[in-house]
Amino acid sequence: MTMLNNSQSLHNKAYEIRQRNLIMIHEAGGGHTGGDLSSADILAALYLNGVLHVDPQNPRDPERDRFFMSKGHGSGLLYTTLAFAGFFPEEELATFMKPLSRLNGHPNVHVPGVEANTGALGHGLPMAVGAALAAKMDGAAWRTFVLTGDGELQEGSNWEAAMAAAQHQLDNLTLIIDRNRFQMVDRTERIIGLEPLADKWRAFGWAVQEINGHDHDEIMQTFSAIPFEDGKPNCVIAYTHKGEGVSFIKDRAAWHHRVPTEEELNTALEELRGAVQ
Amino acid sequence: MSELHDCRKAFANTVEELARRDPRIVVLSNDSVSSASLSHFAEAFPGRLFNVGIAEQNMVGMASGMANGGKMPFVAAAACFLTGRALEQIKADVAYTGTNVKLCGVSPGLAYGPLGGTHHSIEDIAWLRAIANMTIIVPADPLETEQAVRAAADFVGPVYLRISRMGVPVVHTADYRFEIGKAVRLRDGNDVTLAACGTLVPRALDAAAMLAAEGIQARVLNIATVKPIDREAIIAAAVETGGIVTAEEHTIYGGFGSAVAEVVATTHPVPMRILGVPGVFAPTGSPEFLFEHFGLTPQGIHDAALELLG
Repeated sequence: MTMLNNSQSLHNKAYEIRQRNLIMIHEAGGGHTGGDLSSADILAALYLNGVLHVDPQNPRDPERDRFFMSKGHGSGLLYTTLAFAGFFPEEELATFMKPLSRLNGHPNVHVPGVEANTGALGHGLPMAVGAALAAKMDGAAWRTFVLTGDGELQEGSNWEAAMAAAQHQLDNLTLIIDRNRFQMVDRTERIIGLEPLADKWRAFGWAVQEINGHDHDEIMQTFSAIPFEDGKPNCVIAYTHKGEGVSFIKDRAAWHHRVPTEEELNTALEELRGAVQ
Repeated sequence: MSELHDCRKAFANTVEELARRDPRIVVLSNDSVSSASLSHFAEAFPGRLFNVGIAEQNMVGMASGMANGGKMPFVAAAACFLTGRALEQIKADVAYTGTNVKLCGVSPGLAYGPLGGTHHSIEDIAWLRAIANMTIIVPADPLETEQAVRAAADFVGPVYLRISRMGVPVVHTADYRFEIGKAVRLRDGNDVTLAACGTLVPRALDAAAMLAAEGIQARVLNIATVKPIDREAIIAAAVETGGIVTAEEHTIYGGFGSAVAEVVATTHPVPMRILGVPGVFAPTGSPEFLFEHFGLTPQGIHDAALELLG
């Protein structure tokens, strides 16, 4: 039952992150609302439930687990989660996208806990492959995680990296795909379809798990089962909803980077608070 | 004619020597292990050379990730594909993120002469020069190549090394010491300056000898570090010689000559001539033919200097 309690508190934490995240976007007048909300449960699980072995007091520890936020437009969510995890004071979130703030619109390494300057899509997985390969060479215990969007997989560099990861048998590498089924202007399948996505990764030599990316029991069970198969890189396809948690944002392409008005923010916060049990 | 040397050999030997002492060093290549002269490295360190296949974007991204994981990657690939195909990875994953990656553009410029414009790398300096946090070194001979590789390894941060394929004569004496950011004066003179990098350095020296026979004393500068460029040496050349000819195996737009001109124009403007590939795709032909075609010869540099002197 520890697991249940755990997953309940994680669920609550993810909804607190969502609230803080939305306030930050509203204050900044910019950000990527829909995609932040879709990844919130995954990031909460990674950082707030000990999946990632990272130390906020020593963010460059050579033995730390690496997390690459390939969907760099999710910077608002990443910063909020890092602040909740203790990497920097939560008050700093008020500077998001303000002039000269280190919390710029896409992640950068001046922010403690950020591994790479992402934002151009299709960059995280190749870097994660390199990091995982370095760890393999050293026989090191640290692991590498990378979160991509789903539309992002249209970038060819991902598939170059997919082949390299399988070639080098990087079972210390975990790719999490935020499969919210939307890219900026429309559903992925109406633009350049990704399905059958799981089959593609299997065909590329990866061990694939498909999960509900908002169900903390499933998320934690999946992460604790890594590596899924010896000698194969791990792919978690997390089925999510863009805008999860706020009914008028959920599954609406228009909210890719729309900023909530004050009224919308208050309505959203009320709904998000209601989901905390 | 003096003996010609292939700088790739000096590059590969030096990387291998450094790798013996520094376990962080790894090499990544895009299926061009042999054309980068790295076959011996592959035999000596089979677990430390990664042929990533024909996939340059992933190659540079992986190098950035390996640097994050504590390695010091030397990425060796044909300059045209390394810089063109992976430009955004070079910008974001290496320069902007600030990872300790050494990018080694092999066979740059017109080295692949007959293979045509896809294989010529005459834009690489311009592309990479525009990227912040990028050091660019264009060595002229094997000794300078060897020292540039050592300097790149000692330097913490991104470096682009342009490793020549075309045979070049030795231009430096054994006591030469390369330093990042420092130009070196290979010949004194106060009538005009011939500034060059890479394969054009020996040609500038030959041009200076031709000018000397006509009573003109040309200063010859080897400016191997194109970025950050040695402003002091350039300003001194402008002040003391009153005119500068630059020569490079690269387009004249945004490359070495442009870098020199930016300093000259904003400090001590003097007449200049910028020799290189004049904004066209080069035709087919051997590198030697193409150098002749574009006037990247001792005669061409000599004539440009005379033109400057009026």
